[in-house]
Amino acid sequence: MAKNNKKILVVEDEATLQKALNDVLVGEGFDVVSALDGEKGFQLAKEEKPDIILLDIILPKMDGFEVLTNLKATEETKEIPVIILTNLSDLENIQKALDLGANTYLVKADFHLDDVLKKVKATLKM
Amino acid sequence: MIGGFKNTFGFQNCKEYNLGLWQCPTFLFVVMGIVNMCAMVGVYILVSNNYNSPEIMVGSVSGVSMLIFILGSSVITGVEQIAKANYAKSEFVSIASHQLKAPLSGMRWATDVLLSKKVGEITGKQEEYLKDIQENTSRMIRLVNDLLDVSRIDSGRMNMKTEQVSLCEIIEGVIRELGSFALANNVQIIFKPMSKACLINTNPVRIKMVIQNFIDNAIKYTGNKRGVVEIILRNEGKQIYCAVKDNGIGIPAEERKHIFDKFFRGSGIAKTQTIGTGLGLYIAKAAIESSGGKIGFDTKDGKGTTFWFTYPVCAKCEDIKNSIK
Repeated sequence: MAKNNKKILVVEDEATLQKALNDVLVGEGFDVVSALDGEKGFQLAKEEKPDIILLDIILPKMDGFEVLTNLKATEETKEIPVIILTNLSDLENIQKALDLGANTYLVKADFHLDDVLKKVKATLKM
Repeated sequence: MIGGFKNTFGFQNCKEYNLGLWQCPTFLFVVMGIVNMCAMVGVYILVSNNYNSPEIMVGSVSGVSMLIFILGSSVITGVEQIAKANYAKSEFVSIASHQLKAPLSGMRWATDVLLSKKVGEITGKQEEYLKDIQENTSRMIRLVNDLLDVSRIDSGRMNMKTEQVSLCEIIEGVIRELGSFALANNVQIIFKPMSKACLINTNPVRIKMVIQNFIDNAIKYTGNKRGVVEIILRNEGKQIYCAVKDNGIGIPAEERKHIFDKFFRGSGIAKTQTIGTGLGLYIAKAAIESSGGKIGFDTKDGKGTTFWFTYPVCAKCEDIKNSIK
């Protein structure tokens, strides 16, 4: 499929999920960079300046909330839309993520890959 | 109040929480009562035998007070332990459900990728089995979500963020989503709202789940005939009445008192139906009742069942136009 000039940063520590997201997004023409922990994720966000970030919450080294806070506090990354992809479904976590500036909060187990793709495209207004 | 207290901390509960007799709040309260009475009798005896010097009086009052104080703090410790055990139980379910969802998401998405054929072609049989894996994974995910809901309900922490919603729209949405399922089971769904009032103040996810559960059950328990599922909605002044009526097999007498129990599943379901979790109605009941509504059913063997619920009308909702087709 032809490339679509959009870059996505995936911050996810589960190998299977990372692989699946990568295959689907690359198949749709996106350029994908991935990180397996929060620290690397934040670093890559600053270096690569992706068009959108898919961010897990439970991560080694720096959790998703901390990454999100740092992203929004940094000039180069604060405008990048963030979609939280996690399996935590408590109201408090959802509210916390939205309050910290996440665009959308998706509970992974409740969605198929197709739905995640649709959300990504909708957020990027594609 | 005493009866309610006894229900909460009966001797049976103390055994469940591994509390010894001398840690069990109920037992300790009984002991405290006896001590109190003995103390009063003792003081009376002392006074009537002229042992009423100030030292004896003060001594006995102090002695009894200390005894009661010690017993009281044992009661508090026992109560705290029970509260901690309860909290630990619901924390456990919360953590377990999150841990379970991680590999389940992996299975779901990995199967999604395979079924999309973007990593290679698959044969008809392979596709069939992959869909089986997908279906079973979805079933497990539903169960984990339901267990989490049940645990939240049991510990009084159910998500009930409310907003103004149109019940009519929600019902119409569910009918659309269950359309092909109904068709596949030879069931026709009819929606008959009897008034224009559709607005209620509720959690849309919860109320949708109740409606979905009712209609889904109505379709599944239709049996072999041509099924008609009728959805009735009417405004009864202070409350809205919503019912899902089917012409299916009805609920056998021995099952009726268990309908809203956890993990109860009716026997009349066809072998070909997807198996539910048995938690839907338990959660539906908690959701409706916690908002001041009532839930129930009427049934007749062989003739059909009507599941209904009432919900307080949204008195403060703005009147937005809602059209009924």
